[in-house]
Amino acid sequence: MTHPPYLSPAYRSTLLRAPSRPPLRMKADADAIELTSPVFGHHEVADHEADLTAQHSGEPLGERIVVSGRILDGSGRPVRNTLVEVWQANSAGRYAHERDQHPAPLDPNFTGAGRCLTDDEGRYRFVTVKPGAYPWRNHHNAWRPAHIHFSVFGTAFTQRLVTQMYFPGDPLFPFDPIFQSIPDAAARERLVAAFDLDATEPEWALGYRFDVTLGRTPMEDS
Amino acid sequence: MTTPSQTVGPFFGYALPYAQGGELVPEDHPGAITVTGRVLDGEGEPVPDALLELWLGETGTRGALDRRGPGVSGFGRCPTAPDGSYRFRTARPATPYLALLVFARGLLKPVATRIYLEDAPDPLLDSLEPALRATLIARAETADAYVFDVRLQGEEETAFLEF
Repeated sequence: MTHPPYLSPAYRSTLLRAPSRPPLRMKADADAIELTSPVFGHHEVADHEADLTAQHSGEPLGERIVVSGRILDGSGRPVRNTLVEVWQANSAGRYAHERDQHPAPLDPNFTGAGRCLTDDEGRYRFVTVKPGAYPWRNHHNAWRPAHIHFSVFGTAFTQRLVTQMYFPGDPLFPFDPIFQSIPDAAARERLVAAFDLDATEPEWALGYRFDVTLGRTPMEDS
Repeated sequence: MTTPSQTVGPFFGYALPYAQGGELVPEDHPGAITVTGRVLDGEGEPVPDALLELWLGETGTRGALDRRGPGVSGFGRCPTAPDGSYRFRTARPATPYLALLVFARGLLKPVATRIYLEDAPDPLLDSLEPALRATLIARAETADAYVFDVRLQGEEETAFLEF
């Protein structure tokens, strides 16, 4: 079982939002439009949108990092020219979102949103800063491990994936109901990026590698 | 090995929505329809931090992200407002239905459903008992304005699909 169940009571927001019935399994239908996906044009996404450190007049505070990897389908084939979107908190653990009330500083030089299209090998690459951990009100003394949100399109609308990339060795993993909502430990590990010395740029930024493999559908094995 | 899903969380609003994301066609597009509605939780309360994605099955002639220019895009994205409401303007699809994905805080993976624009014979609809069937059919307020609510949980829970 790869994906979390809808109902995961330790993550309280699931209690009133998790569907109570399992999804209806569709009969095979080659004409179902859900088996196709939008195609994004290169003119729609500018190269600089993949550099989250270059969106303002100055550089953001924090540890500069390069996050790169590949988007693959279930057979290990690259998903080409597909849209990858990321968003994250700043290095102090604060989102540039009006409803984030965590009393950590906003960074005028960091918004924390980027996007790019994959290349012919399914590769993407973002330059950003390492996000901070931050508290949330799910339970007493609840803290989210540092993470970068990813939104990925596959070759079918049913492959649409939104997930979160974590950093290796985070001590908050055992206490985070969102990370722990994934029942299988090996599946959880697939959300943890690997430190990548080859992607690390001397005198400039640490590199992390995060590959994404799209399943048939996130609704499977629920 | 498949990468697991995680919730979109509450703070996507500054990142994922884009200008005219819910407008698959320009305002003056001939034959345009609107699809509006609300996303509701298990107590019937509005879900103010959901993100809806609409898909017509063809990329079309208008950008999926860059809405400048005429034509029809097959893809739309719309966050819910504080009252749980959303709004799409689209062309009529070639199929009897539009495909819909809903993401939200508290949804560890999206829910998928279909918005049928009329209650007519259909392999999926015909396989459902009447109450469940009714959750997939939009209400026509006028000839070109449809209303479709998504109920994530509870007695009138929307029929969600897996493929």
